[in-house]
Amino acid sequence: MIGLSHYLLVAAALFCIGVYSVITKKNAIAVLMGIEFMLNAININLVAFNHFMAPSQVIGQVFAIFIIGVAAAEVSLGLAIILSLYRQRHLVAIDEMDILKW
Amino acid sequence: MIILFYLFSAILLAFALGTVISTNLIHSALLMMGSFFAVAGLYLLLQADYLAMVQILVYVGAIAILLVFGVMLTRKGSIEESNLPNRYKTIGLVTALGLFGLLARSITYTRFPSPPLESPPQNIIAIAQAFLLQYIVAFEALGILLLIAILGAILIGKEPK
Amino acid sequence: MTQFLFNFLALLHITGIIADVIVILCYFVFILLFIIINVMFIVWLERRMSAFFQERLGPNRVGPFGLLQSVVDAVKLLGKEVIRPTATDKWVFLLAPAICFVPALLLYPILPFGKGLVLVNLNIGLLYFVAISSTTTISIIMAGWGSNNKYSLLGGMRTVAQMISYEIPLIFSMIGIIMLVGSLNLVDIVNAQARLWFIHVQPLAFMIFLIASIAELNRAPFDLPEAEQELVAGYHTEYSGMQFAFFYLAEYANLFSLSILGVTLFLGGYQGPFFPSWIWFIGKVYAMIMVYMWIRWTLPRIRMDKMMKLNWKFLIPLSLFNILATGFMIKAWPTIQQWMR
Repeated sequence: MIGLSHYLLVAAALFCIGVYSVITKKNAIAVLMGIEFMLNAININLVAFNHFMAPSQVIGQVFAIFIIGVAAAEVSLGLAIILSLYRQRHLVAIDEMDILKW
Repeated sequence: MIILFYLFSAILLAFALGTVISTNLIHSALLMMGSFFAVAGLYLLLQADYLAMVQILVYVGAIAILLVFGVMLTRKGSIEESNLPNRYKTIGLVTALGLFGLLARSITYTRFPSPPLESPPQNIIAIAQAFLLQYIVAFEALGILLLIAILGAILIGKEPK
Repeated sequence: MTQFLFNFLALLHITGIIADVIVILCYFVFILLFIIINVMFIVWLERRMSAFFQERLGPNRVGPFGLLQSVVDAVKLLGKEVIRPTATDKWVFLLAPAICFVPALLLYPILPFGKGLVLVNLNIGLLYFVAISSTTTISIIMAGWGSNNKYSLLGGMRTVAQMISYEIPLIFSMIGIIMLVGSLNLVDIVNAQARLWFIHVQPLAFMIFLIASIAELNRAPFDLPEAEQELVAGYHTEYSGMQFAFFYLAEYANLFSLSILGVTLFLGGYQGPFFPSWIWFIGKVYAMIMVYMWIRWTLPRIRMDKMMKLNWKFLIPLSLFNILATGFMIKAWPTIQQWMR
């Protein structure tokens, strides 16, 4: 029987993949992808807790939808920043973006 | 149910690993879309059908496509080597594995209370009520946040004169 | 029908999970056949209609009225060699045509074809439709990228920009109806139109839906993704034979399913007097398809920036206004009725 801990383990694995991606990637867009994985892992956790702990309510799902909305805002802003950096300095690797003020 | 859970989890983790391992950024982004589909499948197993649809609509239909778009607009050098790791590869690996070990241990050792499984309420209606009655302020704040994000993205991404 | 299938399988001593799988496969084949037959007919219709608009004859040799022309063409395409250019991204290029057909196929089970004629009566049907159809862009971006050809890439990126932008007014135009019915179930939406079609209540939303769906389908006047004069053929420039046939099939399958959605939402679905419900349904759907063809063969293509301007500066504010007006009317209608009395 599939219980809560199974879902939590899958989410933990996904989260760690996201962490690895965020730490080790050169390309800024790959880092954004890692962040998306981490957010998805959190959403799986919320929905799993909702389903197994309080099935008569939908609070976990509501929170997950809030996170999805914030993630959409975050990606659009992040991509806009990456695009403008690429356009002005021709940079995509994060370790080259090492000066705050040009 | 059990087969489906293992199927979706396997697809999710395989595609996520592929995303991280692949050195071609476009392949990474496409694999990521597959993993988002698998997440939607997990939501369906958890009886969150509305959330599964939102996941496909927002993550696959918008966010992942936006990321692919970003990859295509910021091309530099060969695409085959666009997703290389930096010099912290070992540190990252150790951190990720250590974190996973820690989380896995705490998850497997915790005894979660199991309340009686009740039938869930009608999904969409309950979510709508939660949004528009209980969390109305947060909901409005989210709307304002998205509006600001749109304006900010336009302002930052605009072609400099 | 499901019950009949299960009974038949039980007769052959097949039960449990295997029977489920077989029934699902039957559904699959049924939907596939339905789509293919209709698409063949729509392609023939489109060629005849375009000929009519341009004062030509169109295909009229193979079979009665040239009806079998599409079948012959399909067989010809099947027999052609599949060519893969050397510089392509192999897996992305090969998978794109297959993936482009999946969302088109997944849309059909939830659509109500007649009274009681719906394979899966999904509670969140409309949301399902919107979510699945939004994934069509994946295959297009894969085809555009995988071809490794500047025309394909340009076409693919144009398509994605256009489809993502026009999805917004398309979804917003449905919200008015969802507010009126209070349900996302397509059967509920059809039943709510027993007395009055929603096109009478939401004319503005119908216009927005029509314009946005033309853009979603990449048809003229919004066919910039495959603008022949600029981009050769857009994202499917490099595809030949069977793979090209897949793109073609998916394009017309999407036209068919969006027409069905338009009929379901605005034109009363399968409702109608005298005739059986499915005859009404098919008649309305083909009327809607004829409107799409009429628009396609009448209007010239518009420029990319003008198209985007039309969407962001005109259609989206208009659809937001429509939502506001609908909400206001739902609240104010009882009061107005009291005044009238």
